[in-house]
Amino acid sequence: MNPYLAGVLLGLVVLSANLISGRGLGASGAVKSAIVATVDVVAPAHTESSEYYEMALGTHGNPLNNWLVYQVLGVLVGAFLSGVLARRLKWKVEHSPKITSKTRLMFALAGGVLFGFGSQLGRGCTSGAALSGMAVFSLGGFITMAAIFGTAFALAYFFRKLWI
Amino acid sequence: MAPFVVYDIISENTNLLMAFFIGIGFGFILEQAGFSSSRKLAGVFYGYDAVVLKVFFTAAIVGMLGLLFFSLFGWVDMSVIYVNETYLYSAIVGGVIMGAGFIMGGYCPGTSFCAATIGKIDAIVFIGGMFLGVFIFGEGYPLWKNLYMAEFMGFPKISEFFGINEGIFVLLVIVAAVLMFWGAEWAEKKFPREEY
Repeated sequence: MNPYLAGVLLGLVVLSANLISGRGLGASGAVKSAIVATVDVVAPAHTESSEYYEMALGTHGNPLNNWLVYQVLGVLVGAFLSGVLARRLKWKVEHSPKITSKTRLMFALAGGVLFGFGSQLGRGCTSGAALSGMAVFSLGGFITMAAIFGTAFALAYFFRKLWI
Repeated sequence: MAPFVVYDIISENTNLLMAFFIGIGFGFILEQAGFSSSRKLAGVFYGYDAVVLKVFFTAAIVGMLGLLFFSLFGWVDMSVIYVNETYLYSAIVGGVIMGAGFIMGGYCPGTSFCAATIGKIDAIVFIGGMFLGVFIFGEGYPLWKNLYMAEFMGFPKISEFFGINEGIFVLLVIVAAVLMFWGAEWAEKKFPREEY
């Protein structure tokens, strides 16, 4: 799809979320809900004694019965449908020919850990803090967006072998 | 009057159902735009593929303009639309950590979900890492609580912060975006790009 057209459509999805539900999109928040729910089932005494888990449980009730969790389930369905239509379904480890699949997967894991951690500290990821935050003119949204893209740009040289 | 759920035009349960449909649109568009490929996403940082920049800024501008127009028409009550809170230090440090994760992992959370559904194994591993990262944050919370809570500024809008009108601010963002798009088109021609 033409990227500018995709951008317009994505902007309309952000707009719809705000008009229907009074909030923006997200992704990392659903991971948080899943972690909090899991920890609460495995070790309920632990969640009670932890300020962070208590806070998350207090605001969400059942952590899985939450707007973002349903929205992310939709993301999985929508992306899969698009992949089917575009005939892109294929098991694959994508990486530059200069590195092995093992290297790629190690960096994917490390990147995931950093992104997961950073999204909690920054109260949202590229979707929730940056994109949706910008749509509602949030100062924090613009700051987080600049920090994410600025840092990735600044570090790009050191990780170039992963991609080019 | 929007937002529908606040004005009881739809129920809480319908709102959750709508979240699912909104998610379908979100995931479908991300995948259609090619965001299920880490090399395509990372391309913006090397200039060989700037699709991230184009989609991201176009979407942010459409969202901003949409809300601005709807509020001017009196169709949406902006006072109840959620504006992300600003904790200055955690917004910066969190963003820096996410940026490092982006260039190392090649995905952000939303795009990793899209890539995983079409079979990208690197995306599945990235998601595993993300769960681990969130868990580490939760378990070690007392260690970074001070940073997490520091410099709370409330729920400021960037236009208010700079003391300018929202419309003027969007105009500035549009001008900046057009310049970036021009640079992006130039970079894509200059740097070779292969099929991946």
